[in-house]
Amino acid sequence: MNALNEKNKLGFWLYLMTDCVLFASLFATYAVLRNNTFGGPSGAELFSLPFVLVETVILLTSSFVSGLLLLAAQAGNKKMALWWLASVIILGLSFLGMELYEFSNLIHEGNSWQRSGFLSAFFTLVGTHGLHILFGLVWAVLLFYLLAKKGLTNGVIKRLSLFGLFWHFLDIIWIFIFTFVYMIGAI
Amino acid sequence: MLGRLSWAAFPHEMIVLGGAVSMVGAVALIIAALSYFKLWTWLWREWLTSLDPKRIGVMYGVVGGVMLVRGVIDTALLRTQQALAAGDNPGILTSDHFQQIFTAHGTMMIFFVAMGLMFAIINLILPLQLGARDVAFPFLNSVSFWLFAAGAILVNVSLVIGEFAATGWLAYPPLSGIASSPGVGVDYWLWSLQIAGVGSLLSGINFLVTILRMRAPGMTLKKMPIFAWSVLGSMTLVAFAFPILTATLAMLSLDRLLGMHFFTSEAGGNPMMYINLIWAWGHPEVYILILPAFGIFSEIVATFSRKRLFGYMSMVYAIGAITFLSFIVWLHHFFTMGAGANVNAFFGIMTAVIAVPTGVKVFNWLFTMYRGRIRFATPMLWFMGFVVTFTIGGMTGVLMSVPAIDFQVHNSLFLVAHFHNMIIGGVLFGYFAGFSYWFPKVFGFTLNERLGKYAFWCWIIGFLLAFMPLYILGFMGATRRLDHYDASLGWQGLFIVAGVGVLVILMGIGFQALQIIVSIVQRNKHRDTTGDPWNGRTLEWSTSSPAPAYNFAITPKVESRDPFWEAKQARGKTLPLQHATKEYVDIYLPKNTPLGIYIAVSSFVVGFSVIWHIWWLAVIGFIGVIAFIIIRSFDEDTEIKISAAELKKADAARLALHEAAR
Repeated sequence: MNALNEKNKLGFWLYLMTDCVLFASLFATYAVLRNNTFGGPSGAELFSLPFVLVETVILLTSSFVSGLLLLAAQAGNKKMALWWLASVIILGLSFLGMELYEFSNLIHEGNSWQRSGFLSAFFTLVGTHGLHILFGLVWAVLLFYLLAKKGLTNGVIKRLSLFGLFWHFLDIIWIFIFTFVYMIGAI
Repeated sequence: MLGRLSWAAFPHEMIVLGGAVSMVGAVALIIAALSYFKLWTWLWREWLTSLDPKRIGVMYGVVGGVMLVRGVIDTALLRTQQALAAGDNPGILTSDHFQQIFTAHGTMMIFFVAMGLMFAIINLILPLQLGARDVAFPFLNSVSFWLFAAGAILVNVSLVIGEFAATGWLAYPPLSGIASSPGVGVDYWLWSLQIAGVGSLLSGINFLVTILRMRAPGMTLKKMPIFAWSVLGSMTLVAFAFPILTATLAMLSLDRLLGMHFFTSEAGGNPMMYINLIWAWGHPEVYILILPAFGIFSEIVATFSRKRLFGYMSMVYAIGAITFLSFIVWLHHFFTMGAGANVNAFFGIMTAVIAVPTGVKVFNWLFTMYRGRIRFATPMLWFMGFVVTFTIGGMTGVLMSVPAIDFQVHNSLFLVAHFHNMIIGGVLFGYFAGFSYWFPKVFGFTLNERLGKYAFWCWIIGFLLAFMPLYILGFMGATRRLDHYDASLGWQGLFIVAGVGVLVILMGIGFQALQIIVSIVQRNKHRDTTGDPWNGRTLEWSTSSPAPAYNFAITPKVESRDPFWEAKQARGKTLPLQHATKEYVDIYLPKNTPLGIYIAVSSFVVGFSVIWHIWWLAVIGFIGVIAFIIIRSFDEDTEIKISAAELKKADAARLALHEAAR
């Protein structure tokens, strides 16, 4: 069982690193294209830092809660684990909702991904992160079902810990997006 | 309802129609034969749903072999066109069709032949060499294979429904953008590579974990066979490079589907960025393919020289150096882009430097042969052919690493000759060597040596005939991808020689097919009852041929670099290996499952329907992928047990057979 966990953990870490390279490619692309606004609006004109700050706080909180979730799981407290997992899902959904709101606003103002190379790179980078969050949420819902049905079995705890890794990873990617896209962009 | 798909998508041009009809005919024939002999259930139960890496390896090999034949037929068409189309003669192909064929040729040879044969050999041999029962994630392995197969099928579907890209195998924008290539060709290219690429990425992770976590007790990294080291290097590159490919293909798809501006020439896009990104994957890809070939040669040269491999640690360092350097040379593919003298100088020097570890390896092999008792069996012939061709290719490569020279030969047939020198003379010869070396381990009988040698001589002579003229043509100014040229240039003679070379290579492939058929017919004469037909050195030769599903009845314990060889020297007679446990213990193997196929079929549906803009079907396919993954993750009954008693019985039978053979 331990050997199996070892393999799964290493495999999942390696997957995360490959995903990291994928994001690195998108970041590099964004760096190349960020000034190619083609007469359209730049980041400074589009981004609202307070709004993004709220998004960031929500996501960071959800990451913290996912840590609490693991602690509860390891302590064998199923009820608390379910509660924390539900909180992660709600926080994740709020984050995703805010991101979609931001996107739809941009599109309504005529600043869609078709407007310029800069906006293509922006939507793709941030959207890829959002897509990962969406997959994470689907995963979390399935885990919620498993946890409620089976309780804290070895298999469930293993999956919860992998989910925790994934969720923290998305958090780190978001910090980079927040810094390089929004903060530097808003200057 | 059907998006862009209509009757107009089916072929109308004579030669395309011929290709399409013969392919559909071949598929129909295979289906009919399987039905007639009632083999479907057997095929499904024993092969298609199998999670045994040895079976998955064979399936990779079959797909790779079939694609090789298709790729070479493409070559025959291209070279026939070039041999004929001088002056007033228009040749046999239209320009558009010619372009589709060279694009398909490059795409298939790299992604589906070279990658396929590589994963075939890794699957077949790596777990055995490591003394492991299986790969780290057997189900993921099946998913990888089926995604690879789905990509291969998608490329072939383009022959019948629609068209293929006419952009060259890396589909540079703006030519591959929606404005210049509005058809489905580039979309076929994008989605077949995207699907197969994800499969390769998953394989990369799988084999990395297999090497890092599943080695037999006592096998430290420094006692690992060189082939395993080379796979470690290659898979590290897969893990770093393939995500870049995924991202790049996704961005080009977004440009084409959603009107984004990553690589367009308008609205702030940057086509040169694509060329950087695709080669940041593409150059490591070359080393992904060649490193395992180096590993195979290292095993072969030691076995057939009956000597320990010379300079083991320097081999390991060389693999490490190549792995690292291969990521900082990508710009040499486009020195002419205009990045500036300093940038070009840096990448030129790095390119020249990467020849050093490669040279170290060549010398190590030669020193291994020095004073060895060499047997000139077929694998060894491939190795020696490789040393010659690869050295020629390596030298022309170093020549082109000088930016000033590259400006002269950029985009010429000189370059085409160079990389075929590396990919055929290096990669392909390596895999063929591995094929003939490990064939008995996989199937339980040796291949016909005489026909193998004929195949080798046809390949190497054909190769030299086909590509040496291209070096000269390159110097004469012939650019690549020409479907027609002026008669007064005086190129036709050399193009005809190159065409004859392709014919000789085709004869080589014919001999290989004949070799397999004859060997199957004579299999009882050439049974490998000992499991060790070549007097081998590493663990795979210590088990029976073919290896049982569980590889080793008792997990071996490793104390040296060539554990099987050392054991044979020390004890000679029976049961020479050290074992990790004294007694047989129960083992668990993964159960077969069709879910890998289902996931790949759903991915295929997604790809096909996005290509043709059939959105409702794409949604169904996507839901299918997710649903099958979820179903698998809920399945907990995934293993079958083989009891210690059964193992003991099977192993006793094996040892008795071994004893009888002595």
